[in-house]
Amino acid sequence: MSEGFEPKIVAFACNWCAYSAADLAGVSRFQYPPNMRIIRVMCSGRINPNFILKAFDSGADGVLVAG
Amino acid sequence: MEKCIACGSCAEKCPKKVDDPFNENLAKRKAIYVDYAQAVPLKYAINKDECIYFQKGKCRACEKLCPTKAINFEDKEEKVVLQAGAVILAAGFKPFDPSIFPTYQYTSFENVVTSIEYERILSATGPYQGHLARPSDHDKENKKEPRKIGWLQCVGSRDINKCDHPYCSSVCCMYAIKEATISKEHADYDLDTAIFFMDMRTYGKDFEKYYERAKEKGVRFVRTRLHTLEEDPVTKDITVRYVDEQGNIQVETFDMMVLSVGMETPKELVETAKNLGVAVDSDNFAETGIFTPVETSRKGIYVCGAFQEPKDIPYSVMEASAAACGAKEGLSSARGTLVKERTYPEETDVSFQEPKIGVFVCNCGINIGSVVDVPAVVEYARTLPGVSYVEEGLFVCSQDTQEKMKELIKKEGLNRVIVAACTPRTHEPLFQETLRDAGLNKYLFEMANIRNQCSWVHTKEKPEATEKAKDLVRMAAARAQLIQPLPQPTIGVDTKALVIGGGVSGMTAALGLAEQGFHTYLIEQSNRLGGNALMLSKTWRGDDIQAHLAEMISKVSAHSLIDVYTEATIKGATGFVGNYETTVSRNNEDTTLKHGAVIVAVGAEEFKPKEYLYGEDNRVMTHLELDEAMKKGEISGIKTAVFIQCVGSREPERPYCSKVCCTHTVKSALKLKEMDPEAKVYVIYRDIRTYGQREELYKEARDRGVIFIRYSLDGKPRVEKAGSAISVTIKDHILFRDIAINPDLVVLAAGIIPRDNNSLAQMFKLSLNEDGFFMEAHAKLRPVEFATDGIFLAGMAHYPKPIEESIAQAKAAASRASVVLSKETLTVEGVVSHVNEVLCRGCGKCVEACPFNAINLMEREDGRIVANVQEAMCKGCGSCSVACPTGAASIFHYDDQEVLTMVEAAFN
Repeated sequence: MSEGFEPKIVAFACNWCAYSAADLAGVSRFQYPPNMRIIRVMCSGRINPNFILKAFDSGADGVLVAG
Repeated sequence: MEKCIACGSCAEKCPKKVDDPFNENLAKRKAIYVDYAQAVPLKYAINKDECIYFQKGKCRACEKLCPTKAINFEDKEEKVVLQAGAVILAAGFKPFDPSIFPTYQYTSFENVVTSIEYERILSATGPYQGHLARPSDHDKENKKEPRKIGWLQCVGSRDINKCDHPYCSSVCCMYAIKEATISKEHADYDLDTAIFFMDMRTYGKDFEKYYERAKEKGVRFVRTRLHTLEEDPVTKDITVRYVDEQGNIQVETFDMMVLSVGMETPKELVETAKNLGVAVDSDNFAETGIFTPVETSRKGIYVCGAFQEPKDIPYSVMEASAAACGAKEGLSSARGTLVKERTYPEETDVSFQEPKIGVFVCNCGINIGSVVDVPAVVEYARTLPGVSYVEEGLFVCSQDTQEKMKELIKKEGLNRVIVAACTPRTHEPLFQETLRDAGLNKYLFEMANIRNQCSWVHTKEKPEATEKAKDLVRMAAARAQLIQPLPQPTIGVDTKALVIGGGVSGMTAALGLAEQGFHTYLIEQSNRLGGNALMLSKTWRGDDIQAHLAEMISKVSAHSLIDVYTEATIKGATGFVGNYETTVSRNNEDTTLKHGAVIVAVGAEEFKPKEYLYGEDNRVMTHLELDEAMKKGEISGIKTAVFIQCVGSREPERPYCSKVCCTHTVKSALKLKEMDPEAKVYVIYRDIRTYGQREELYKEARDRGVIFIRYSLDGKPRVEKAGSAISVTIKDHILFRDIAINPDLVVLAAGIIPRDNNSLAQMFKLSLNEDGFFMEAHAKLRPVEFATDGIFLAGMAHYPKPIEESIAQAKAAASRASVVLSKETLTVEGVVSHVNEVLCRGCGKCVEACPFNAINLMEREDGRIVANVQEAMCKGCGSCSVACPTGAASIFHYDDQEVLTMVEAAFN
């Protein structure tokens, strides 16, 4: 892996748990790298495998499904 | 307080560090603070006794930094007079302070902590950020990861020697097991955990299984009472000496010792109770009755939670709803009289308009603006397709901005609004109200979370945070082009209720509803009301159950709003929250009842033992049979009696504790002693689980000479015939010798088993747990609700429990049901699933996937089977749309295209 590689990560976060956990991380000022883009969904059960494939197809280096 | 946006700038700059009581003083906070990150309302406050300005007259640093001018040093304590028709005391407990025990040295040994301190140590937001560390060396370079941690049970509970707390605190056994289990999971090495206990009281639903799993995971359970803790002055390790069950002296050294402290009522609360005219008992808990578990001695004042008696979360939640039920019964005539209804202008139809998106980018004072280059984000937003108006704001959530936003929506003809600011979880409803006030459908709104999930978490990476904020706005704008106005239809609610089961729980639930003014159908399968309680004689507090029961039955029978159906069974049920139709069969006649809510209170039954000569000798009987015989006066002249505990409970085929049997045994043993103080009464037990104040009864039994002999599952007592006599043989746990008893009465503490609940579960689409009891929506937080809206649970159908808990749960169910029944209509949310019938082939995958039973298959007029969504039950999770193989099921507001567009937009 070349130096300076910055992965692009798409996260699908459940509104009721993971998304609010990400909010709480903010309230607590936890610092993490700015490589992730969070997409809010109403449930991790909403995640169609297509969404994950689409993310990779669009250029994601990693996909996080959190719920 | 209204101005504070909880940005935290004040606390960051406040120069005064003080101990943080939320973290049990193991960490520091500032003199201006919020109690904890999730506090509601999330507003900072100054502790006057700690603030430099208040103490020395100089500083006011927070005032200078506050972006919203929310600091008010002139604020004064106010006295507020509230007019209320009922009062609920939910003031809780105080953890016991173990400083008084000289032999535990809690105040001087650093690595002796209370269980509450240990909770904070384990917490990710705690003093050590969730790392397992010891108070003595957590901040030292050569810090020691704890390898061995011990828990000492009953500190400040079951103790009248040092602390005058004769009661059991009910929750400590479970939390100690939980802390030990979590600690083992937490450590990436082999952590040795040992719990030193007297009786392991895992009597709640699924608690026994948790205990068994902890044993499997290697948590050690040592039955002993540690008398003294000793500290190594150099390593700060804690050494204990104890006698094990075999009588051998053991010496062990621990890195940390946790004191499992009990609950007590704070002194101030006792004072408050006195001022309110509410009586407290000798243990300082509010006085209540078995049949009135949430009513205090003063009419109109209710109590719930640990101030009533030590208890865990599920039972505190149940009592909270039960107390609400009590309050609502008295106030039902005033229900809704203070409600003001809000009106909105008519919605503009924008469905055929091109998207015209307005974007409002918030600085949130300096919370966003100091990290993200907000003007750059504004400029960027202007370039995005569909965006026709962009504005920057200092606080977009402020009231004047809402007014401005309404004007702009009209003036600029905006038909979509994006706010790039904080989180939709707290602020989406506010902005949606603004849209509604401006005549826009509330679903035409979208947020980009550039504070909580951007500026706050990337404070040092300003350019990257700005890029991320732009990306988030772009993703929001891409989605905003696709979002559509959604209807929020209302459906009518039938205000009648159906209660299934005519025992104590069912009758209590029916009365709770009827007293609130709701017509209730009460269905009982046998020919009379009363259920299991008909067979009981006295409560553990000595109340006459039959007298109370008779009063309850006559109240139910006479109530004009309760229709009782005895010898009736449920044949079928259809419908959904607010609109159920249930077919009840009675005397071969079917009646269809319409109702808005259901309470399942079908009870449970006593297990019929298959061992210990049960059924072979009439001197061997179960608890219910003993109660019945006692009521008839058939029990007399007993010289020797043996009680055998856990018959059919806590065994591999029924791995749960039946909760009520220990107390029942102790009560019956005392009764026999009362009849003849010379009688020999033996209790053969595994753990005595007289939780809460029932412990005092256990102590009384020992004082009166009842002999308790412990056994384990591999050394069960033997009950045999010896000629005409009965012989009970058991290995005594102190003598290690078999002892033989020849009793003239053997009472089997037979467990409680669920009824055959399968068909009812199927009809109402409810779940049963492995043991066959009904499964609530959430074990801790929603203990009386089912996952399906409008259906509630009470009594032993949920789990074995004594009368007072059944009544509390039944009142709680009535309270929760009245939330549904008190509304004339239900509003259906817009984010729901829908099925395209053209694409649907009726395979039923969505029906299987739906966790809320909101979808069923129906036959169309043309004969095709298709899926049908009951929108009132749909929670919008979208699981159906993923399960659907043809793309027929989809979800409004989060359809595939909307999500995929956002994914794509993340990379543009």
